[in-house]
Order: sequence, then structure tokens, then C-alpha cells
Amino acid sequence: MNLLDLFKRRGSAPVARERLQVLLAYERRNRSQPDLVSVLREEIMAVIARHVQIDQDYLQVSMDRGETMSTLEIDIQIPNKSARPLAMSA
Amino acid sequence: MGKVVVVTSGKGGVGKTTSTAALGAAVARTGKKVALVDFDVGLRNLDLIMGAERRVVFDLVNVIQGTAKLSQALIRDKRVETLFLLPASQTRDKDALTEEGVGEVIEKLSSVFDYVFCDSPAGIERGAQLAMRFADEAVIVTNPEVSSVRDSDRIIGLLDARTVKAERGEQIAKHVLVTRYDAARAARGEMLSIDDVLEILSTPLLGIIPESQDVLKASNLGSPVTLSDPTNSAARAYIEAAKRLEGEELPVVVPFERKGFLDRLFGRRAA
Repeated sequence: MNLLDLFKRRGSAPVARERLQVLLAYERRNRSQPDLVSVLREEIMAVIARHVQIDQDYLQVSMDRGETMSTLEIDIQIPNKSARPLAMSA
Repeated sequence: MGKVVVVTSGKGGVGKTTSTAALGAAVARTGKKVALVDFDVGLRNLDLIMGAERRVVFDLVNVIQGTAKLSQALIRDKRVETLFLLPASQTRDKDALTEEGVGEVIEKLSSVFDYVFCDSPAGIERGAQLAMRFADEAVIVTNPEVSSVRDSDRIIGLLDARTVKAERGEQIAKHVLVTRYDAARAARGEMLSIDDVLEILSTPLLGIIPESQDVLKASNLGSPVTLSDPTNSAARAYIEAAKRLEGEELPVVVPFERKGFLDRLFGRRAA
């Protein structure tokens, strides 16, 4: 206990509590569903593979959760050499 | 049939094994027959906390695989004669446990013992799920800290979905045991309070174990804290928690804040 505490009683616990409440509300909602990002990743991969040959590592799917809205980011790198022959035959 | 209680947490290092030993010994001290089962295959430690590490001959995996009888693997405690330990295997991998085998062992134990405490490994994988699989009740060990509370919430979800009781549509009785609670830090708002933890987990409280040197000392000595020195604050908290587990209605007293110099000077109440 120091002098500052006399004026500022709030510690970091309220922040911890608030972060947990937001996080757990989200996690409980999604508990019964399979991991959305990995499902999306697999299906996107399957769609692309029908047209272009790409490596698993060239597909990045990520989700940035906001409080009211989330952003889904999909980053696909298609190497030019493998894209051409397949694209022509398709 | 005895009661099967899983001691679990999700997160490691929060005090599952310490709590299993302390609660089990506290219940056994009252004359009840108690078996402690270590499910942490590959990383067993309950034998060490119980001070029985040099007496392990057979283990849970031996019993499941039929290379030893249950009665051969059970180790009787030297201090409390109604207390027994079934150690985990140190050498096998965790796939050595089968659901069927675990089910048979738990059934045999619960037909002989009043209480069977299953000390879960950390995590939410197979070992942890097998430890909770046949439980009637669960003690969720939680530290007042964000990652521990989050993992406890996850475990509560598993208890409600993956236990035999839950699959039958019954409710598994769940209790939160808050360990390593530092009253002074909670009063200063540096640590999640008991109310915070209970509100977030919305699960009833079994007890609050204060952060205490005596717990480490008991581990060093290889004795559950409720046996080595039943008068210290941590031991008393465990003994009371054990009574609540047995159905006794005892109010939980939140450990009070040790007052600092300025608090005393101005007579401030804890916020």
C-alpha cells in the first residue's frame, strides 16, 4: 500500500474481469460448433483446388474478432507456374 | 456405491494434485474410506505429494492391462488407515488407458470406497477426459487469474458434455475451489476477487485456499497439508471444503485483507 493507492483504488482486476467476460461469452457461443476458421479454410481450399493447384501453406485464413463486428481475412498466394496449365485445361 | 469426484482444472500448476491429496486426506480423517487415483500417466506426482513414491510397485495401467490386481496396486497411507492411493504409470504413454478399463477400475473402487478422487492431468485431451468420464461430482481448481479462469470455463463445458452422467441427461455436481488466493492483493484490486470468479464461472464455491507457505512445506515433506499441520490456514480451508463436499452446510468466509500501514492509520475499509 503506498500513497498513490489512496487516490487510485482501482487495480488491474476490473480489466481482467471485463476481458474474461467478453472472451468467455464468445467462447461459450462457439463451443458446440466446430472451429469456424478451420472449416472455412478447408472449404476454401477445396474450391480453389478445383481450378488451381496450390499448396496448403499458401492459404492463410484468419479472423479478427471485434466487439460488434469481426473481420475474416483470406490470403491466397497462387504461384504462376502451376496456375497456367491447370487454368487452361479447366 | 461411493461417490466419484474428479479434481480438474484445464490449466496446469493450479493445485489439482495438492488439492486431491488435501481433500482426500481430510475426508479420510473422518473415517470414510477414500481412494485417490492419479490419472496423470507419464507425469505422475500424487505419489510424491502423498509421500508414497518409494512404495509404488504396480499402477493404474498395470491394473487396466491385467498385469496386476487392483488390491496389489493400491497403496495404503501410513498415517490414515482408510486412505489409499492408486498411482499412475510413470513409463507408459497415456494411450495405455482405455475407457472400458478405466470404467471397470472406477466401478470396482466405488463399490469398496466411500469416495474415489480422480486427480486429472492438465489439458483437455484424452487423459483429462478419462479422469472426468465416470465422475459424479467435479472440483474445479481455479486460481484467481485470467488464464486459469478461462480454462476452468472450458473444463466446465466438457463436464457438461463429455461425462457419462451428462450423456445420460443428468447433472454432474460442480464446485469451484479457488486456490492461491491472496486477500491483500484482491483487496487492492490487483487480483480477481472471489465474486468475480464465481460470477464469471457461475458455479458454486467449495472453498477458498489462501496462498500459503504451508502448502509448499507439506509438499516438501510428502504429506497432504491437512495431515502435516491441520491447524494452519490452508489446511483449515481444505478441511472445511472437504466438509462441504460431504454435504455439510458451512458458510465460506473470504479471507480478510491484512491491513497495510495507511489502512490502519486512516481506518479504511477494504474496497
